[in-house]
Amino acid sequence: MTVLYVVLAVAVVLGLVFVGTRRRRRRGRPALVAPPRAAMPEILVAETAPMPSLERVPTLNERLASSRGVFDRVRSIAGTTELSGDQLALVEEVLLRSDVGVTTTSAVLEELRAKGAPNGVAAALRVILLESLRGERSTSTAADEGRVPVWLFVGVNGVGKTTTIGKLAKRHHDAGRSVMLAAGDTFRAAAADQLEQWATRTDSDIVRANEGADPGSVVHDAIGRASARGIDLVLADTAGRRANSTNLLDELSKVRRVADRDPGQVVETLLVLDATTGQNALSQAREFLAASGVTGIVLTKLDGTARGGIVVAIERDLGIPVKFVGVGEGVDDLIVFEPEIFVDSLLGA
Amino acid sequence: MFDALSERLERLSTSLRSRGRLSDADLDEALSDVRSALLEADVELGVVRAFVEAVRERLSGEVLAQSLTPGQQVIKAVHEQLIEVLGASPLKVTFAAKPPTVVLLAGLQGAGKTTAAAKLAAWFKQQGRQPYLIAADLQRPAAIEQLRVLAQQVGVDVFSEPSNPLDVARHGLAEATRLGRDVVIIDTAGRLAIDEALMDEVRAIADATSPDYTFLVIDAVTGQDAVHTARSFHEALELSGLIVTKLDYDARGGAVLSALGVVGRPVVFASSGEKIADFDLFYPERMASRILGMGDVLSLIEQAERTMDADVVAESAGRMMSGTFTLDDFLAQLGQVRKMGSLGGLMKLMPGVTKEMRTAASNVDEGELDRVEAIVRSMTPKERRDPAIIDGSRRTRIAKGSATSVSAVNQLLKQFNEMKKMMRQMGGGGAPALPGGLGRMAGLAARASARNDQLPAGFEALGAGMASAASTPRGGGGKNKKKKGGRVTPPKQR
Repeated sequence: MTVLYVVLAVAVVLGLVFVGTRRRRRRGRPALVAPPRAAMPEILVAETAPMPSLERVPTLNERLASSRGVFDRVRSIAGTTELSGDQLALVEEVLLRSDVGVTTTSAVLEELRAKGAPNGVAAALRVILLESLRGERSTSTAADEGRVPVWLFVGVNGVGKTTTIGKLAKRHHDAGRSVMLAAGDTFRAAAADQLEQWATRTDSDIVRANEGADPGSVVHDAIGRASARGIDLVLADTAGRRANSTNLLDELSKVRRVADRDPGQVVETLLVLDATTGQNALSQAREFLAASGVTGIVLTKLDGTARGGIVVAIERDLGIPVKFVGVGEGVDDLIVFEPEIFVDSLLGA
Repeated sequence: MFDALSERLERLSTSLRSRGRLSDADLDEALSDVRSALLEADVELGVVRAFVEAVRERLSGEVLAQSLTPGQQVIKAVHEQLIEVLGASPLKVTFAAKPPTVVLLAGLQGAGKTTAAAKLAAWFKQQGRQPYLIAADLQRPAAIEQLRVLAQQVGVDVFSEPSNPLDVARHGLAEATRLGRDVVIIDTAGRLAIDEALMDEVRAIADATSPDYTFLVIDAVTGQDAVHTARSFHEALELSGLIVTKLDYDARGGAVLSALGVVGRPVVFASSGEKIADFDLFYPERMASRILGMGDVLSLIEQAERTMDADVVAESAGRMMSGTFTLDDFLAQLGQVRKMGSLGGLMKLMPGVTKEMRTAASNVDEGELDRVEAIVRSMTPKERRDPAIIDGSRRTRIAKGSATSVSAVNQLLKQFNEMKKMMRQMGGGGAPALPGGLGRMAGLAARASARNDQLPAGFEALGAGMASAASTPRGGGGKNKKKKGGRVTPPKQR
């Protein structure tokens, strides 16, 4: 139980720090007078550092402006068959700027160098990237006889899990399946309310509990009811959690175990990833894969300027395929992932 | 990654030193490490280039200091440059002469605006202000409800009405003025920077409420896109600063550097956890140190001062030093520490703490702490004062009373005794010094005290305490000996 030690270490240090500060105060400053509230400063904003104006950083902006054309420049090298240092540098820049990451970018460059570019650099790069995205992307809605299929949604805070569930509920509803939503996010304030609104919008059933309730029991309840009512699919929400906390991941493993118990059967565990996320997405994927056996990724917020290149690294390293992408706020703005389109947008073609 | 970076740079051949200065080739090698480290940390490519060039300028031709290895020299330059980019001094939040002071929060979806709004309200309340929250996020289902629940936790009122964001903001502001609130925080819907209609909307809100502060809330896990977001929001709203969230993730937070590089405005607040208390002003120098894995004593002290009950802590800490620490004191300390926020967050701030300890702390189950508390609370006052009298039957009773097992009670008592022994040693000044933790702690204390007279006396004892605390749980395992044992500068007593 190192726990106790940790707590005590903290307590000791803080206690000592505190005693120290207090002693010092007593010695140095005789009376600690609370600042008078009435005396409001007359100046509206006084800063310790002067605020630079909008145009104060022209060099950087220029550089960024020039780099915006990078994706276009890839096309300009389409015809060349010889790999020059400049071209490789350009490819590197494109990949790095798309959040593909240093390691994967180096690997891709290595492959590019080894294979050469008989049909142009852009084409060669396209082939390499597409090879990285060869995973099986179909989703399953069928469980064993007599069991209810469950899709479990996992991810860090604020990536759009609840919204994704709402959109997928619509999708399944349109496909003629009856859907039950399980409000397994019992931590975030009003998360269940948010899901309930989606349930209303998509004409689905929902099971929810009070804030702070055990997420496993909510999911269990939902499955039980779905089974009794003969519902086709359960979509189970979970609370957003950071991927570097063993406790939170253990809790998630438990939710998955509960969901996978008869009459439920987890047929998909979807990791929801925000396309604006950088290299941390890789460790998110690794941790959630270990904790909950992720079967696919939903890449959200791809309608912004972010390109979400990190999913290339994730599929190469961990073999988790992207299955859906979110491209807007509308209820129909969740589409099936298509590698060709994704790679083309990555390369600015 | 910065841990990895410092390790990598440490490995730079020490033979370089004989040459007296870094050659261009050495520099290239070191800087290419710096470059990939920054890229792995999600710093935007353009910003990385500028940063690396600046570090090169700092280093090129510089005579190597005798006391530093070339690797350390590079780290020092990186650290200095980090501080420079992160902003030399924090933006000071002042209040409008004619209240209310209006604060507008904007950002992408899922960056953490609503949570940040509630935390910011709590922060203002702590400053003795009367904040008022306006829920102008009518986009996301239940966003208003979320803000309400959070605001209730911090005891702040929320304004909202089912109209449109612009009207909500306008009416909310009028209502705040009527109620005589002096700070108004407007939470807006998350929006993409390329969504013209929504950007126009937030601009209209800004025009109607003329905020004193406009903050972009940005997520520490953001990748290369941080620059686009920051620039677009800055162009639309003219930001006064940034609020960075999710610093408790294991992300490196390079997005902070990217956004700053583009916007040129300071990061004002940092949020590092799900608890309301995990929120503070952003201190560039501290952040740079924290990024480089050097701990952050100043934040820790401030957080302690804000949340802890001074008298309770001082009293039991005094007894701690004299070796008459009782289980009652332990309980009091535990309660105080828990008030400060998550243990993991605290340990991150503490210098000289090994990575293993940090992981252990962030994985501490709050339930585990509840059990410890329950055990102590199941003891009679007499038992708490003098645990030696706890015999077999008392143990059984305590175990039953706390719904734990006898072995849990035993374990607690055993570790409490060890802890006490250790504290007595510390009080007597005979702490077994651990070079790494102590050295870093002492160095930090000396550096900090050079610029801040708020630092406590008795820092040496503190460093020693931390060191022995850190060494005990591993049962004397040698692996937590830090490699940089050498440079121990005794802290200056002022």
